Amino acid sequence: MKIKPKIGLISCSGEGLPEGMISRVATRRILEERDDVVTICLPLFLAGGQEERDFAKDNPCITVDGCGKMCAAKGVQMYGKVHPKSSIVISDIAEKHEHLKPKSKSRIESQDEKLVEETMKRITEEIGRVEEEEE
Amino acid sequence: MSEKKRSKYIIIPCSGIGKALGTITRRATYIVTEELLPNDTDSICLPLLTIEDEETVQKIRQTPCITVDGCVAQCAKKNVEHHQGKLKGEIKILDVIKENPKLKPGNVLDIGPDGEKLARKTAEKIVKIIGDKS
Repeated sequence: MKIKPKIGLISCSGEGLPEGMISRVATRRILEERDDVVTICLPLFLAGGQEERDFAKDNPCITVDGCGKMCAAKGVQMYGKVHPKSSIVISDIAEKHEHLKPKSKSRIESQDEKLVEETMKRITEEIGRVEEEEE
Repeated sequence: MSEKKRSKYIIIPCSGIGKALGTITRRATYIVTEELLPNDTDSICLPLLTIEDEETVQKIRQTPCITVDGCVAQCAKKNVEHHQGKLKGEIKILDVIKENPKLKPGNVLDIGPDGEKLARKTAEKIVKIIGDKS
């Protein structure tokens, strides 16, 4: 029986922007809710060994980036030599809902919860889509 | 007498998403950059180094850096070293925990009161490194 690979969920967790905190928290909450997803610390692609670099080959990946620089998506392509199955960008989600733009990069304020929820909803939809594709 | 201008330090946490210690690195960095030394320090997104963003690589080569790592993989330090950054100090949270064995951090999303204390102690170490180097 073929073992279905878990979905790789990779957050940029960028320290420099409020959107990086949103990507981190939304990703982590999904990881704690489900057992069909796994993650890797993005900087490990460079700092780790072959096993870390093969993460994106071994697991179909969904990347969650804070901004248009899309470090997580680019990291998967650079080190895994594959494209992410799906790329989510927080600033795009926030742009569609102007009132959701986060202000603090160091903490999730109560008004940021809505953006975290929107991001989690989007991640959940993409997990469903990628799982269907992989079947 | 003219006051000697200190160069701005870049504090780079690993922000590891797998363990509470990664969150502590991040929290410690914000304590320094936003509360303790906002005029003398700044941070960057570590993933920009991982994807070899040219502007960020130049920045860490020209500016003294202090890395803060949550686990033995030392991603922040290794990313800076890989790009020949100006590494002036490194902190391992595991050392801070060894020095404070009674403090038990919470989890990734909520490091708890002890995690906050560990972050403060880490921030003090960062400030000390900057003070010693200036």
